Amino acid sequence: MHNTLFLILRRMRTPLIFLILSYTIALLGMTLIPGVDAQGRPAPPMDFFHAFYVVSYTATTIGFGEVPGAFSEAQRAWTTVVIYLTVIAWLYSIGFILNLLQDPSLLRVARGNRFAAKVSRLRQPFYLIAGCGETGSLLMHALDSRNQQAVVLDIDPDRVGTLELGQYQLDIPALTADASLPENLLIAGLDHPLCAGAIALTNDDRANLSVAVTTKLLRPELPALCRADSLETATNMASFGTDEVIIAFEVFGEHLALAVKSPGHHLLYEWLTGVPGDPLTDPLEPPVGKWVVCGYGRFGKAITHHLKQVGIELVVVEATPEKTGCDNCIVGSGTEARTLLEAGIDQAVGIVAGTDDDINNLSIAMTAREINPELFTVLRQNRHANTSLFQRFQPSVTMQPSGILAHEFLSLLTTPLLSRFFNLIRAHDDAWADVLISRIAAVLENSVPEVWDIKLSGGQTEAIREAMHDGTPVVLQALIRNPTDRDAELACIPLLLKRGETETLMPEPTTLLQEGDRLLFCGKRQARNLQVLGLYNFNVLSYLLTGKDAPGGKVWRLLERLGKKRAAF
Amino acid sequence: MNLEKVVFGFFIILAMTLNFGFVFGDINNPAHHHVYELFFAIVVNLIATVLKFGERTQIGAIHLASSLVADLGLLAAAWVWASAVYIEGTGLTPDVTASIVSLSVGALAANILSVVMLLVETVMFRR
Repeated sequence: MHNTLFLILRRMRTPLIFLILSYTIALLGMTLIPGVDAQGRPAPPMDFFHAFYVVSYTATTIGFGEVPGAFSEAQRAWTTVVIYLTVIAWLYSIGFILNLLQDPSLLRVARGNRFAAKVSRLRQPFYLIAGCGETGSLLMHALDSRNQQAVVLDIDPDRVGTLELGQYQLDIPALTADASLPENLLIAGLDHPLCAGAIALTNDDRANLSVAVTTKLLRPELPALCRADSLETATNMASFGTDEVIIAFEVFGEHLALAVKSPGHHLLYEWLTGVPGDPLTDPLEPPVGKWVVCGYGRFGKAITHHLKQVGIELVVVEATPEKTGCDNCIVGSGTEARTLLEAGIDQAVGIVAGTDDDINNLSIAMTAREINPELFTVLRQNRHANTSLFQRFQPSVTMQPSGILAHEFLSLLTTPLLSRFFNLIRAHDDAWADVLISRIAAVLENSVPEVWDIKLSGGQTEAIREAMHDGTPVVLQALIRNPTDRDAELACIPLLLKRGETETLMPEPTTLLQEGDRLLFCGKRQARNLQVLGLYNFNVLSYLLTGKDAPGGKVWRLLERLGKKRAAF
Repeated sequence: MNLEKVVFGFFIILAMTLNFGFVFGDINNPAHHHVYELFFAIVVNLIATVLKFGERTQIGAIHLASSLVADLGLLAAAWVWASAVYIEGTGLTPDVTASIVSLSVGALAANILSVVMLLVETVMFRR
């Protein structure tokens, strides 16, 4: 703010001095030139008071005329000079100042200052997001609907503009700036005590890398989450301790393989990392058998690597095998039926169209479907602009890097317990996952759940602590009951209980809670809001536990405890 | 030698001397205090103020502040003059003259402070 003010003041020096000097000359003349009285006799010149009055209305082009009385000819001659002098000075100064206010460099400084002030005023933990392209805006929508604050940097002013128009509940500070410059990251609050982590999502690997380096050097304790497009960048990032590096192709390959191996696990993952309130997705059930993969670039390699691990037989079609290092594959682009037939598309169960050209991918998939309509089609979509084409074609899965990245980051950001949960459920089989899925589906009525965690310590769970202090056993069930009607259950499911180092998946409602426990829930937002009541309001909690209203004040509670003791004797 | 510094010093010292010239004399005798002196004191003070715009140093900020104080004192004096002579019509009585001059003396104090700071800055400047 102050910088802007100084900049304006400094540049205003010349026009202001010009204005003062022209007023001085005009005033002096007015007070020296003799006037004339009502009878036409010479009269003394104007005094300063009237001279200032006349010059003021002349300079601003208001022009009341010859006030207070008729001027002498000499005064009229001087007034002519005054008009040209002061009007020009006035217009020049005003024009200059208006120009100054529209100066791009000044506006940039002003925007930067406003942004920095907004960031420093933040009073809740926030994530610093570098790059708000497709992935960034998806992630921000999800964070926003989970009530988590973000601060955004993007190099493209258009994208920042779109962000300002976007429908967000929270006020998200955004700035057009190059995230690869450390100073911009600092302005965006990297050194802010409430900064919860830095997320690099730009489409430039170098910029992401520099965000990771800056974060790890300036705030080593903060988590740095980065998107990477190539394996080299990913290993480079991991080498200096970047907490999570996500390569969209690898993640997609992993998930496709997971969907082949265990559709239930895959569906759980999709549901728990989606944007709350969106409709739930249907399970993906890729068939086991022979698959044809077209394109052996970075995407094709990731897919073949992961699908081979779950025992799928693969035939690779590649136009330039010598360039991509693909031995024993069928040469061709896959867009023509001949190559596809050579690859055995008629006996295959699935096809992956994974070249870096959207139109080719569509053409491959359409040709393949014509030969074999039962095929499971996986399409790689490179450009967002082609979404309508891909929707029209209705492939079994579209691989869209932005969506995948957003999901993956969200699962990491929501709560550390969620990624623990995903790790733990790997040990269980598909049938187990199906049971959980049907439970979630029953509770949630077809919309993506909120996922939240509770830590039983500190001010947020005051009531629980007091109850434990009083010696009342607190069972998990109390947190799943509805505070307005104890017999009804809240629309939420406890997923994980973490006590010290032991982790219990799907804890039973009868579990006794202890101080320091951490719980992971999924459910409706409404359920979460109601649950909070029981956590910090002692009366609500004791109603949930016992069905009775507890005595409110400390004195009454003490008396009741004494009464209990006496009854025991 | 820096021309900017010359102009800067010139206006600050001129503002002080004009101000001093105006207040010099009996405090309640209108004949000792000429209107043109007040006029030029105001003009030069305003220019000195504008010249101090945009200084980012601490001493620059105090410079600007003292100049604004001087402007305020002198403009108040001019306003008292104008209202006594033209609005209320009491004319330049000894009472009115005394209050005009004392307001200007206040401005003079601020102007002297400006000059002192100019000197301090010059002494500290070792190049």
